[in-house]
Amino acid sequence: MLKEMLSLLEKNARIEVTDLAALLNTDEKTINDQIKECEEKNIIAGYHTIVNWENANTEIVKAMIAVSSTPERDKGYDHIAEIIANYPEVNSLYLVSGRTEFILIINGSTMREIADFVAHRLAPIEGINTTETMFILKEYKIMGEIMDKENGKPERLLMTL
Amino acid sequence: MMIFDELINIQVKEMAPSGIRKFFDIASSKKGVISLGVGEPDFITPYHIREAAMHAIHTGKTFYTANKGLLELRQEICNYYLRRFNLSYNPNNECMITVGGSEAIDIVLRAILNEGDEVILPTPSYVAYAPIIQLSKGKVVEVTMTEENGFKLKKDQLKKAISDKTKAIVINFPSNPTGGIMEYDDYLEIADLIKENNILVISDEIYAELTYDKKHVSIANIEQLKENTIIINGFSKAYSMTGYRVGYILAEKPLIEMFNKIHQYTIMCASTPSQFAAIEAAKNGDKDIEEMYLSFKQRRNYIVKELNRIGLRTHLPEGAFYVFPSIKSTNMTSNEFCETLLDKENLALVPGSAFGADGEGYVRISYAYSLEEIKQAIERLERFLKSL
Repeated sequence: MLKEMLSLLEKNARIEVTDLAALLNTDEKTINDQIKECEEKNIIAGYHTIVNWENANTEIVKAMIAVSSTPERDKGYDHIAEIIANYPEVNSLYLVSGRTEFILIINGSTMREIADFVAHRLAPIEGINTTETMFILKEYKIMGEIMDKENGKPERLLMTL
Repeated sequence: MMIFDELINIQVKEMAPSGIRKFFDIASSKKGVISLGVGEPDFITPYHIREAAMHAIHTGKTFYTANKGLLELRQEICNYYLRRFNLSYNPNNECMITVGGSEAIDIVLRAILNEGDEVILPTPSYVAYAPIIQLSKGKVVEVTMTEENGFKLKKDQLKKAISDKTKAIVINFPSNPTGGIMEYDDYLEIADLIKENNILVISDEIYAELTYDKKHVSIANIEQLKENTIIINGFSKAYSMTGYRVGYILAEKPLIEMFNKIHQYTIMCASTPSQFAAIEAAKNGDKDIEEMYLSFKQRRNYIVKELNRIGLRTHLPEGAFYVFPSIKSTNMTSNEFCETLLDKENLALVPGSAFGADGEGYVRISYAYSLEEIKQAIERLERFLKSL
């Protein structure tokens, strides 16, 4: 049931506790207790809204940055990752296989802001060798949601056999 | 001017229009109607399946196929039935592809019935069986399945319905409209009766994948009844592929040969791009089934809880995506109930009487809708019940 509850919350963070209880055939107290426990254990790490900023006529700039770095003795990549992750500009950070070690996604209000972050904050971190900044030109799909929903759901008949 | 009435076949003239049709016409003419009357899943067909249909069209795979359907599809269906329901059929001669389960119902009944043959029909039942039996000059013998028995088929009632004219029985579990299912032991109870009387079993298993908390059991899983059984199934409900129109029949070779004779002259073959989409579904669609299953199960829990809360006694159905609550407490017929509800609250449900006389006193509610739509409908239904 825990997995089912988490999947429902992952799809819709705003789903109500009463609805969760009815869908999962249990009571509200059980759901509340489980959510609380998941939050405490950091199984639920946060609740966010997917904003299509373009439709809100607000310009924001996002970039994906590939970072190559040298691991530290004993700590591997974890120490460098902690330093990078602490910057609030960094939205997401992943250690990946492939040509570079890290991929991070950062948000800024202008290109200049992102360029400054890379030049003054990111690149100088000890252990970071190179960075490659890829500005995001258009967002098509974020966290499972298609951004440009032009045609709604196809229609079904009102009644069928 | 021609007098068409004289020119029409008597069985067709006597065929009653579906009870759903009337409500559909009223509901369509009104604005702001919410309907819980649809008998198809609300998911858009999974993309990899749609893509397989498009690929077939792109690459020109749009010729007729073999009458019985693409061999690869028949193979995948037989693999699927073995994998999921532990039943083994030969793709070469014990399986054929039809235009939806609907065509299968038609050709199976036409192939087996002679004038006056009796077909046992447990009711409330899906609306198509009785008219097709009558069109094939068969006689419908209804057997009541009651709410008290969980809308299951019981031995005593079946026994009373059997005569020396009984040719076949049509069963549909999980059931449209009741959501009832039959388990292995339920089938075991009636097995000897069917075997001794040499009855063919037409088992419409279109909702097989929507069996909750239990595994679907086919009557063909009873070993001695496998040769009696004609399984009808399709891709519509399990993969949300209603518009593709792909169904199939699994049965003994001599039966398939007869069915295929009608099929080759009336249909030729099912739509080719749809058959390619169905191959992809049967091969790689198990995960889609799981996801839709889970979502339906959650909505079933939700709607049953809500209906009981607002005062409509509803048993927890174990299959399909319908609930079949009793409206007897309102002292209205199911037709009156649905007409008044549509008129007052713009909410369309299907009267139980559309599924045979035994459906009187019930309504069919489909929960193949989003949670938001279900909520709105419950709100209207609650207001309606309070106003009575």
